[in-house]
Amino acid sequence: MSKPADVRRPYVRPMAGWWRRDPFFMRYMLREATAVAVAVYAVVLALGIVRLAQGEAAWNGWLDALRSPWSLLLHAVLLVAMVIHAKSWFDIMPKTMPMILIGGRRLAAQTITRTGWAASVVASIVLFALAWWWGA
Amino acid sequence: MKRSNAPIFWLLFGAGGMLSALFGTVLVFITGIAVPLGWPLPADLLSYPNMLALAQHWFGKGMLFVIVALFAWHAAHRIFHSLHDLGLRTGALAKLACYGGALLISVVSAVGLLSLGF
Repeated sequence: MSKPADVRRPYVRPMAGWWRRDPFFMRYMLREATAVAVAVYAVVLALGIVRLAQGEAAWNGWLDALRSPWSLLLHAVLLVAMVIHAKSWFDIMPKTMPMILIGGRRLAAQTITRTGWAASVVASIVLFALAWWWGA
Repeated sequence: MKRSNAPIFWLLFGAGGMLSALFGTVLVFITGIAVPLGWPLPADLLSYPNMLALAQHWFGKGMLFVIVALFAWHAAHRIFHSLHDLGLRTGALAKLACYGGALLISVVSAVGLLSLGF
């Protein structure tokens, strides 16, 4: 009676690597991993702001670093991660936002998700067009 | 009852998530691929005079800060909660590392942007 935990030794299901057991969990972890890409990009941009504040030579150094093959490879990975992040963000949105009732009926999850994707595409086109116009 | 600070982190997470879902992809493409390659955007789009003008304008300054800071807070919140999924301890130290990192990025960006003047 003194050490029941030691005597019983109950089976504890091991949880290490749990997310590799099921494709659903793997998709979940892939989605969560895109947060690392968002963090890396925030650091890249913050460094850019610091270099900009340090003057023209420092800023040009940052631009040169972005031209290196490693940076291009990194940003290719970040690009894919951002697409996955945007897709999954709107996939989940019907579950994270309050219900919207239209005419007494709940707005379909698919409508919310597709509206989000459309907004993302429009936002991308608008920002790219602005950059295009700015550079012209 | 002690007020929870969770809604603040949740709000920053949500705002950053939405902003990065809408603009993250195109921003990475512009700054990380299109401009460095000089295609399809001109290589001098992010030239020093251009970026200085953007960062000295109140709106450009605000946008740059909001993007960097909210991306950082979004990522920090999410990484912090993923630590548990990976079986890592999510104590005060992990919280400090995640949210402290986001705070550091925010402060460094704010100081850099403000030092450029208006």
